[in-house]
Amino acid sequence: MSALSVPNTRYLERVGRDERVWLLFAIVWCLFLFVIMYVWQFFGSQRTPIESYRIEPSEFRTLTQEYVAGHQVGDVNGVPVTVPTEQGEAFLAARAFAFEPVLQLRRGESVRIYLSSYDYQHGMSIQPLNLNFQVLPGYVYVVNLTPTSTGEFGIVCNEYCGLGHHVMSGRIIVTD
Amino acid sequence: MATARAPRSLLDRGAPWRVCQVTGYQVFTPVQRLIVFNAVAAVLSLALGGVLALFIALTRWEAVSLLPPELYYRFTSTHGVVMLVFWIVFFEIAALLFGGTVLINAKLKGVRFAWTYTALMAVGAIVTTATTLSGHANNMFTAYPPLVNHPMFYVGIILFAVGALCGSCHFVYQVWSARREGVIAGPLPLVVYGLLTAAIIAIWTLLHGAVAYVPALFQALGWLELDPAVYRTLFWGFGHGAQQINLAAMVACWYALAALTTGARPVNEGLSRFAFVLYLVGINMGSMHHLLVDPGIGMHARIINTSYFMYAALLGSLIHAFSIPAALETAQRARGFTEGLFGWLRKAPWREPGFAALMVSFIGFGVIGGVSGVLMGTMQLNMLIHNTLFVVGHFHSTVVLGTTVAFMGLAYYVVPLVMKRDLAFLGLARWQPYVFGAGLLTLIGGLMLAGKLGASRRAWDASFSLAPLQVESLSSPWLSFANAVIGLGGVLAVIGGAMFVLIMVATVFFGRANERPAVGTLGVLAGREGPKSDVEIPEFDHHAKTFQAPGTTTLVFVFLVWFVVMFAWASINLARVGWGVG
Repeated sequence: MSALSVPNTRYLERVGRDERVWLLFAIVWCLFLFVIMYVWQFFGSQRTPIESYRIEPSEFRTLTQEYVAGHQVGDVNGVPVTVPTEQGEAFLAARAFAFEPVLQLRRGESVRIYLSSYDYQHGMSIQPLNLNFQVLPGYVYVVNLTPTSTGEFGIVCNEYCGLGHHVMSGRIIVTD
Repeated sequence: MATARAPRSLLDRGAPWRVCQVTGYQVFTPVQRLIVFNAVAAVLSLALGGVLALFIALTRWEAVSLLPPELYYRFTSTHGVVMLVFWIVFFEIAALLFGGTVLINAKLKGVRFAWTYTALMAVGAIVTTATTLSGHANNMFTAYPPLVNHPMFYVGIILFAVGALCGSCHFVYQVWSARREGVIAGPLPLVVYGLLTAAIIAIWTLLHGAVAYVPALFQALGWLELDPAVYRTLFWGFGHGAQQINLAAMVACWYALAALTTGARPVNEGLSRFAFVLYLVGINMGSMHHLLVDPGIGMHARIINTSYFMYAALLGSLIHAFSIPAALETAQRARGFTEGLFGWLRKAPWREPGFAALMVSFIGFGVIGGVSGVLMGTMQLNMLIHNTLFVVGHFHSTVVLGTTVAFMGLAYYVVPLVMKRDLAFLGLARWQPYVFGAGLLTLIGGLMLAGKLGASRRAWDASFSLAPLQVESLSSPWLSFANAVIGLGGVLAVIGGAMFVLIMVATVFFGRANERPAVGTLGVLAGREGPKSDVEIPEFDHHAKTFQAPGTTTLVFVFLVWFVVMFAWASINLARVGWGVG
């Protein structure tokens, strides 16, 4: 009569008092955890980006280069620094082993970032906010950001992308 | 059951049998070598993975920084596949062979078939390990396209998976035959029921694996190009499902260890079985835990999948979280340890290796692994965690602190009994679960702290100090501290793991032969021949108006409070990011 041997045949026992109380709380907690995701997604300020599109990596490269050519305002260590378009759009490309261009944003102004990769899978990790998104070649992930603090924010890659994975970085600059 | 049966029957008396002198189980002797072979293959995988773990931990520790980048990525890839696939699955196949024969007093139908798939798994494991260790598969065992590993990596994995699939089907067939031939008259023993859950999930999961790895092999051969998002979806149908196998197998081990060490009997057979069924409901779900911040997936698909359909699988785990300690409490109270709320727990057999392993596994998995898993699986909270070292901390608390420790605990009983040898270094075994557990807790603490500070996983240098654009926040002293904790915890965990390997190898190859191996308080197995406990453990009173397990009821509510507080804390952390995201 243990878990290792055959139980008596009436194993459909009545659920005891201790078990009933615990089950009730457990079910309520499970349902809460489920519902809270919808609540946060509709009413929260930090929502998981959903919008995405397919794109050929070569086409994304062309669009990004056009965007950089038209909106470059400077450079850091040879990496172009750009500002968003008038419609508040920006392109951010991941490649082995860098994020380009550097984005210069304004506090309180929303920007619609088109995020994709030229080559492998990468991960965009904005530091020190620790906001993390997957970057896939062939897909544009639309990440809407509204900065509320100023300064320099680093981007590092957090998906293994080859032997240079640990030198792959980028930057977001937020000004007033 | 004394009726004459056809020679192919599970009860074939012409077959070589022995009666276990300790448990009274009928043991079909040809299965013993199969069980031991799989267990030894598992332990050897664990030993190799442990050596690699030592190098990895000492590289993460910046002050040591042992390996150059290429070797670091190579060793991390090998460590992942050897531990998560070979150690775990070899042990699971050993457990299925044990559960499908010894625990139901049946012979194994198809011994040659079992040796064939065991050999297939062994060859696959060797091929894949050799490919990875020689630097031909440095892209981790996920190898997300367009990155590819060497074709032989996939060949090995596929051979291994075909073997494991055969093993899982074999177990299901054994149980089905046992039922059909009346070898099992009533319901299945709960542990076998749990193993059956694991086997069904395994079949489903391995089919997913075929859909992911066969095209990946074709891609490695240059025959086709895989879509990255499609591959990720297929891969995690396998990768996450595999963790559900581990979960079900681990819980089955918990019930077994509770029975072996304290004579505990399930408080509610029906409810525990329902909880296993809930795991099956969540079988195909949870894979999107890995895709929550990926492009290409809709909101409802993410939320419904990541919640295992409204947390059905979590509810299953919460039921086990009550029923296992309640079973222990009932058994201990029946022994007279009735003092206060927790007298039963204080007087528990903490020096019994199996009980120590049960407690380390149960508490570690529940308090850290399960809770962190739910936090990460909450769609919005995932933005703070995805692909950071926190993820690595999480799965070391589930697969290592949870599953691996539970398997180690079971091995302390199964291996001596099957080998008919005394457990070597019993004194060392008493400490092993605690040393391993302490090392892992340290390691997991370091990993989770580093992840909270933004350290990316799978990066040779967590501070990205060689990057052209420096990231100031990652050169914080706290991150250096976390890295040192990872290093220290890793070393301690490797020591704990080495203790286990030493005990197992010594038992299998040099243990003193003994028909009645002294394996702790194993004799408390009730309802069997052999030494019984002097106390009959009563049934849980399901009609009582008072709480039958007040200590457990208190503990589970303390746990629930911890769960709620952690969830609230993580939500506050997300809100404090301040930036609008969407």
